[in-house]
Amino acid sequence: MANIDSERSPSAGSDILNGLGRAFTKTWQAVAMPAAAVLVSMGCGALLLALNGFNGWDIFTVMLSGVFQDTRSIAEVLLKATPLILIGVGLCVAFRCSIWNIGAEGQLYAGAVATTAVGIAFPGLTSWIYVPLVILAGALAGAAWAAIAGLLKIYFRASEIVTTIMLNYIAIIATSWLVTGPLKDAAAAYPQSARLLREAWMPKILPPTRLHIGILIAIALAIAAYIFLFRSSAGYAVRVVGISPHAARYAGMSVSRNILLAISISGAMAGLAGAFEIAGVTFRLYQNISPGYGFEGIAVALLANNNPVGAIFSGTLFAVLRSGSEIMQINAQVPQVLVSVIQGIVILSVVGFGVYRFRSARPSE
Amino acid sequence: MGATPFLRMENIHKRFGPVIASAGVNLEVEEKEIHALLGENGAGKSVLMNILCGVLSPTEGQIVFKGSPLRLGSPREAIRHRIGMVHQHFMVVPNLTVAENYVLGHGSPLRVIRDMKQVSTRIRELSHRYGLDVRPDARIHDLSVGEQQRVEILKVLYHGVDLLILDEPTAVLTPQEADRLLALLRDLVADGKTVIFISHKLDEVMRVSDRVSVMRDGKVVFTTRTAETNPRELARMMVGRDVLMDLPRAQTSPGRVVLAVENLSCNNELGLPAVRGVSFEVRQGEIVGVAGVSGNGQSELALALVGLLPAASGSIRLNGEEICGLTSSEINHRPLSHIPEDRHKMGIVLPLPLTENVILQRYDQAPFSSRGMLRFGEITEHTRDLIRRFKVKASHPGEAIQNLSGGNQQKLVVARELARNPDFLLINQLTRGIDIGATELVMQEVLKQKEKGKAILLISTELEELFAICDRILVMFEGQFLGEVPPDRARLEEIGLLMAGNREEAQRLHNRAGAIEA
Ligand SMILES: Nc1ncnc2c1ncn2[C@@H]1O[C@H](COP(=O)(O)OP(=O)(O)OP(=O)(O)O)[C@@H](O)[C@H]1O
Ligand SMILES: [Mg+2]
Repeated sequence: MANIDSERSPSAGSDILNGLGRAFTKTWQAVAMPAAAVLVSMGCGALLLALNGFNGWDIFTVMLSGVFQDTRSIAEVLLKATPLILIGVGLCVAFRCSIWNIGAEGQLYAGAVATTAVGIAFPGLTSWIYVPLVILAGALAGAAWAAIAGLLKIYFRASEIVTTIMLNYIAIIATSWLVTGPLKDAAAAYPQSARLLREAWMPKILPPTRLHIGILIAIALAIAAYIFLFRSSAGYAVRVVGISPHAARYAGMSVSRNILLAISISGAMAGLAGAFEIAGVTFRLYQNISPGYGFEGIAVALLANNNPVGAIFSGTLFAVLRSGSEIMQINAQVPQVLVSVIQGIVILSVVGFGVYRFRSARPSE
Repeated sequence: MGATPFLRMENIHKRFGPVIASAGVNLEVEEKEIHALLGENGAGKSVLMNILCGVLSPTEGQIVFKGSPLRLGSPREAIRHRIGMVHQHFMVVPNLTVAENYVLGHGSPLRVIRDMKQVSTRIRELSHRYGLDVRPDARIHDLSVGEQQRVEILKVLYHGVDLLILDEPTAVLTPQEADRLLALLRDLVADGKTVIFISHKLDEVMRVSDRVSVMRDGKVVFTTRTAETNPRELARMMVGRDVLMDLPRAQTSPGRVVLAVENLSCNNELGLPAVRGVSFEVRQGEIVGVAGVSGNGQSELALALVGLLPAASGSIRLNGEEICGLTSSEINHRPLSHIPEDRHKMGIVLPLPLTENVILQRYDQAPFSSRGMLRFGEITEHTRDLIRRFKVKASHPGEAIQNLSGGNQQKLVVARELARNPDFLLINQLTRGIDIGATELVMQEVLKQKEKGKAILLISTELEELFAICDRILVMFEGQFLGEVPPDRARLEEIGLLMAGNREEAQRLHNRAGAIEA
């Protein structure tokens, strides 16, 4: 058969060339689909704006120049990107294991609550200890909240799609109760917690902007998650369980343990997102601490094709869209609904291209 | 043959990136014939048939069907042109009923619900007409492989086809079921249909087909009337050399007991008794065969031996150590390997590359893993080695295993398991989907293992496979071993009787044979 070119050629040089060629096509394939999805949705968005009497191109330039106006506006984008990347990266791991965790929003709240509780409780600690402590508390709380759904799936075969959504409601409502009751700042008129102790605040990296070290941690964790999934034995098991539980059992992998691991990792990442919001941005717990990062994170992971490194870029893209939508409303008077519709189109085309890729794969014999 | 044949595929090319799967195929099929398609693993048979039924589109070339050129965009369009295919791996939705599967994707959902009764009636009618015994309200996952295949065939007939394509339909069938299928094909032709069927079993091809085409390296290299050829010539055309039909076997005397099973019983997934108190031993340097009609407990026996199905009672000792009750992970760390019956379900992970399929059970063991990280250098080297030794047709170790042809996937599984160098080797269907040339290679490798002193248990529904390499054959019926027979073709009838559960008759036959000898 004429297909074994690299096997046949004796020279190592052409082997390397072949390898490079393959790496290139692979990267191209990985990037082409999301890029096409983004282009298509931008086209649709422009059309939609035009139909509503706006000049799509003008709005686009207004939006971009607004988003990248100065250091401060760029810092604001990265501030929004941080939770999106964290949650997206965690969901990449869960989705690779075929765990449909829809509960990142709730896990984010769980993390935020834990960070707040720890961050107001221990005066006298130094920053070196206190900051890692509050972050860890958030991650653990997020992991634990997600693990509930994992355990329900393992022991009662309860669909995690349903249980994580229910846990979202519980976490969000519990947060409301906490900030109006037990954790309420007695001095404040509004429902909010006391302020975190100074020593628990995450350091800023670009003063005078609000940007904190969270973005660097998020990027580092994305790379770590990539290495975990694709280079480590444990990550390999997570992926095999996600593709074929039968093969996983045959290979001696514990399906339950891997499910629990994957959902806990995604919960920990969402919990971190909550911790960073509290210890890096607001320093207090409020009722609506997240504007839906947990749900947008799903789209971040999908657009990245469940690749954690890709989630750095897709997370940033969604942050740009988010900042852009504010600017569209303020500077170009585009109604909020229209902005939401455009975001919806982005998500739909991402999913659509995903389906296309699925269908063009080889049919089994 | 008329001026325009029923079907003509002209100069078909199909490339997947650098891989050339079809390199200018020409194929002609006449109306109302059974046309067999032969070829080595990876010769391009499935790809060609997938082009013909609209699943793949050719890079180049044209198809002329019933005198007019055919351009297909999807399998549904092919059905509209009355061409249908039964794929080697079934394409039905397991938790729907037969009738639901038939209408899935055809017509609007509302119409489908309204017409369900009618659909069922039609299925019953067709099923009756071809003696297929398909119940429209049965759920797919409750059916045996043979039944599922009948469902697939009837599905194609239900949509009304003139040309029926079957890709290795007999690979997963027992010989009895295969006979039934071949008879059905004859009935279909008598009914005015045309059949193309792919098989690696030359005797079937000789028995049922009118004409044969042989493919090699993405081309049809030979077409003839079946009556004018013989298995030897066909084998030579496929492989390009003479194939040994009988393998030389070194006489080894069995050594110490490696696997000792006592009174093992276990239930199947539905909780019904499947294996009922079997006891046997496998020694170093011997190959023990397990024959039987499928569904008599062989699958459950295999799974129980490797800890994938809990045993209800009994003991399994490997090298003297009790392994009954250990988890499959613990058993994976014992010197034991397992070639599973259904490669797609268990043996491989389709979307992953060859490299990541090769380490399936050893992903956390040296040398493929150290300090928790996978060592891709070692893994790729090992994969290359297996590809070379077992002549697996793959363009590179990083290729997704689903891109390989069915037989090459099986070769890689066999290669992986033999390379683990175990003391005990459990094989459930060795050569399923493998061409005759590769069968020879694979069997020789298994015999080499035996010569190295490995203990081997070979479960198979193919008597030929058992006769070719086993030292003794246990016959399984309804979860029990009814008897032990040497792999002697003269004892075929006796084995047949035992497989049907008729122990007395078999005993009588055996005694008579003994009396004549004496
Ligand atoms: N989607 C694909 N991507 C890359 N290569 C492919 C793809 N599909 C098929 N091939 C290659 O095309 C060749 C022909 O494959 P095909 O499945 O037609 O073989 P086959 O004759 O059916 O073999 P078998 O008897 O093993 O089933 C193989 O080398 C296979 O690796
Ligand atoms: Mg094939």
